[in-house]
Amino acid sequence: MRLADKVALITGAGSGMGKAAALLFAAEGAAVAVIDIDEAAALEVAREITNRGGKAFGMRADVSNPADAERMVEETVKRFGKLNVLYNNAGIEGEANLTARFSVEGFDRVIGINLRGVWLGMKYAIPHMIKAGGGSIINTSSTAGLSGVKGGCAYAAAKHGVIGLTKTAALEYGRRNIRVNAICPGPIATPLLERIAAYQKSREVTVESMGANTPMGRPGAPEEIAKVALFLASDEASYANGGIFAIDGGQTAS
Amino acid sequence: MALLKDKVALVTGGGSGIGRATALIFAREGAKLVVADLNRKGAEETVAMVAKAGTEAITVECDVLKPGAAEELVRRAVNHFGRLDCAFNNAGVAGELARTAESTEENWDFVVGVDLKSVWLCMKHEIAQMLKQKSGAIVNTASIAGLGANPLGIAYSAAKHGVLGLTRTAAVEYAKIPIRVNAVCPGVTQTPMVEAGIARRPSMRAVFNKLHPMGRLGRAEEIGEAVAWLCSDAASFVTGVALPVDGGFTAI
Repeated sequence: MRLADKVALITGAGSGMGKAAALLFAAEGAAVAVIDIDEAAALEVAREITNRGGKAFGMRADVSNPADAERMVEETVKRFGKLNVLYNNAGIEGEANLTARFSVEGFDRVIGINLRGVWLGMKYAIPHMIKAGGGSIINTSSTAGLSGVKGGCAYAAAKHGVIGLTKTAALEYGRRNIRVNAICPGPIATPLLERIAAYQKSREVTVESMGANTPMGRPGAPEEIAKVALFLASDEASYANGGIFAIDGGQTAS
Repeated sequence: MALLKDKVALVTGGGSGIGRATALIFAREGAKLVVADLNRKGAEETVAMVAKAGTEAITVECDVLKPGAAEELVRRAVNHFGRLDCAFNNAGVAGELARTAESTEENWDFVVGVDLKSVWLCMKHEIAQMLKQKSGAIVNTASIAGLGANPLGIAYSAAKHGVLGLTRTAAVEYAKIPIRVNAVCPGVTQTPMVEAGIARRPSMRAVFNKLHPMGRLGRAEEIGEAVAWLCSDAASFVTGVALPVDGGFTAI
């Protein structure tokens, strides 16, 4: 059991990569706080874990709301006694518009959830990790954190920003034994990518075709990201800190 | 040949530091100037400095965070000069010194507002004008904190990384027009913003010097020279880059 006796909080755990990670972390022995803005989805994933004999609870939180971010951390510590792993994974794709046409409301929403939400999660989790003698934080960036994205100025800004958050916190808390790393997924077959494909005017754009553009010629599966997150969460990654891991089938190598 | 002869160039944060130094270099290279700053007096001083050399320049008092301010800024520039060729989105703030868990929401919203959102808002309206002209060059001020960690400044680091996301995205979106969009990533530079920080912790000067392989801080003019080049037709095939001007800081 690679996460035996660990307590992990995962945001955006009601679907996609977050759900895959919640199931995997629980199977590896972690008690998991399953957080999602969709309460029913969070409760369902938590139920799935407990039905399999794992430890979990589900809870609704809007990560861009400081009160919610604080509450999800405090509730986790209340229920499980500590916090060892924070996986800041919740994110939205936002509107698809060129920079000069992007709306102010749309910009604020994407930055609020995808960037401010990641910072808030760290802000409230870190004091508990210091108490626990260390911890591991995993932030979901994106290949859009490493390059530009047509029609996604706010998304690219937020995901680039997550890399800044990751490196900065990694330096600040290295001596506290808190490791902070980021994963940059390429096209992963999740509900979010399905929505992005559906936005495209061309019917030929699908999750499969977006994956076909990567050197590996296919989209990734949420479980393939969850396995990397598991490694980073576990003590096997005890010297991995401030790392930016592109898990993208080779997309950013091109 | 002057690099920016007869071009109309806009500089935000033009009342001091890197913005002022760049405005002076833009003027030296033949540009007409729109100098915007929150601090009207600073902007007026910059305009007075270039006017002496015969450069046509206007001042715009501008709080880039205020709704409608970026749109108004571009409108004033175009009303006066008829066009906008170059824009240097440079206004920025450093924010408080605190570790991630101790940094405040107020600081986050202020720093991300000025250093990230306002850069996007300025780009949004500059690009709208440049699309009409079917040409333009934009340079955004990122930072070495946009390329690596920035201990005790999480919001600044997030915002400056984010500026590179904006820069690369807009560069790709408008490459065929062509509107070129680049970022400059200054190392620690002798500006009022940095000097204010050092004044609070004087021991930081030696630390900063040591962090740069060249053993010293940058001069604002050294950033301005790079910005002028990126804005000029000499850089006609350069778009989407994050150019460090940092005395080697990011090479180690």
